[in-house]
Amino acid sequence: MSSIGTGYDLSVTTFSPDGRVFQIEYAAKAVDNSGTVIGIKCKDGIVMGVEKLITSKMMLPGSNRRIHSVHRHSGMAVAGLAADGRQIVARAKSEATNYESTYGEAIPVKELAQRVASYVHLCTLYWWLRPFGCGVILGGYDRDGPQLYLVEPSGISYRYFGAAIGKGKQAAKTEIEKLKLSEMTCREGIIEVAKIIYKVHDEAKDKAFELEMSWACDESKRQHEKVPEELLEEAKAAAKLALEEMDAD
Amino acid sequence: MEQKPFSRGLLSSEADSQRTLYPYVTGTSVVALKYKDGILMAADMGGSYGSTLRYKTVERMKSIGKHSLLGASGELSDFQEILRYLDELILYDNMWDDGNSLGPKEVHSYLTRVMYNRRNKFNPLWNSLVLGGVKNGQKYLGMVSMIGVNFEDDHVATGFGNHLARPILREEWHENLSFEDGVKLLEKCMRVLLYRDRSAVNKLQIAKITDEGVTVSQPYSLKTFWGFSAFSNPTAGAEGSW
Repeated sequence: MSSIGTGYDLSVTTFSPDGRVFQIEYAAKAVDNSGTVIGIKCKDGIVMGVEKLITSKMMLPGSNRRIHSVHRHSGMAVAGLAADGRQIVARAKSEATNYESTYGEAIPVKELAQRVASYVHLCTLYWWLRPFGCGVILGGYDRDGPQLYLVEPSGISYRYFGAAIGKGKQAAKTEIEKLKLSEMTCREGIIEVAKIIYKVHDEAKDKAFELEMSWACDESKRQHEKVPEELLEEAKAAAKLALEEMDAD
Repeated sequence: MEQKPFSRGLLSSEADSQRTLYPYVTGTSVVALKYKDGILMAADMGGSYGSTLRYKTVERMKSIGKHSLLGASGELSDFQEILRYLDELILYDNMWDDGNSLGPKEVHSYLTRVMYNRRNKFNPLWNSLVLGGVKNGQKYLGMVSMIGVNFEDDHVATGFGNHLARPILREEWHENLSFEDGVKLLEKCMRVLLYRDRSAVNKLQIAKITDEGVTVSQPYSLKTFWGFSAFSNPTAGAEGSW
């Protein structure tokens, strides 16, 4: 819902008369304009997928990683301004290693999400800093099992069992809600995530895209890693098939 | 490790309390050699507190990443600190997730830098490190001392092993030792060390690293022989002595 915030939208330290901070909302628009990013929590782990829009035919496949490992057990998928995302990932890595140095164990995902959210929020408090123009889906697997968090440019962070940000987030959320996540394993989850991303990709507006996926599950020994090649290919094939079947109707 | 401002200087008494002056809990020799499929390394499980053999289940060999094995003698707390540095190094390497991983040569180089730079600040990590590993079929075995001296060789030893084990290795090591022969050779060196090194403990582990990964054996003891005739009646030559 867009409204003109004339006069009240020049600084992140200004509230509008109806209690909104427009700069943060504009930052969120940057996220909405980027490729879709999805995360789901299955019964044995988490799966994250990114619709990486290819801006140039000369780009090497596999470059411009959008999913980064933040520690052994967790990773982040970034939507929005990529350079802002790199800052957040660097900060998260630093928080994670710091925690482990001090407390001797891997940082609980909840704690990491809180720290990342704190950091993002920090940049909405000063007029000489601009808010981050990216949303982050943080997924990890620790003692409390697999968890998924979404951190928005406003600094809000909630825990989800299915989340989507970016261009196709509305359509993606609808698709995710249809899935029975509590009974799904990550292997099946990979196929579903691929299907959803292919489905919400808008062929008309954006031509090519590359699918990037990662998981942290029992099968990957609770480590966050790129989905193995064969499984990725399998998922892409299944997704393309599902698309064709849909078009054939 | 804080450094006081320059006005105090590196050798002043206040800075003294923060520099390593003596080792406290130490491990003794580590011996390693290259064999047909990779590297074999042996170290006993003792941690001495001066002349007391205080800790007898200390693992002085640890695997680093996928391709390397690190054995250390000297101050055990410094060894643990080095393991923490390496843990972070390997973690960041893994997080790139780009199919590449640090091999033994790279880890050896990193350790050399760390040890040498600490030595330059007069605050050494009091260890002699043995780094062995295999990456893409290439075997690598190297050593770094606490002052940063580093080299690569087919067989290395630290501490007393330098004096007692290396001569044996020079005589009997050859290219393409089988696993059994390599273990026998290492045990021969460790047995001599057990007899002659006061800080040696008869509980050792042998670790092997090949292209497939690292295996550290369960602790075991070497058979020793003390039935020499001179030991049967030790006071024969001088009544009243022991």
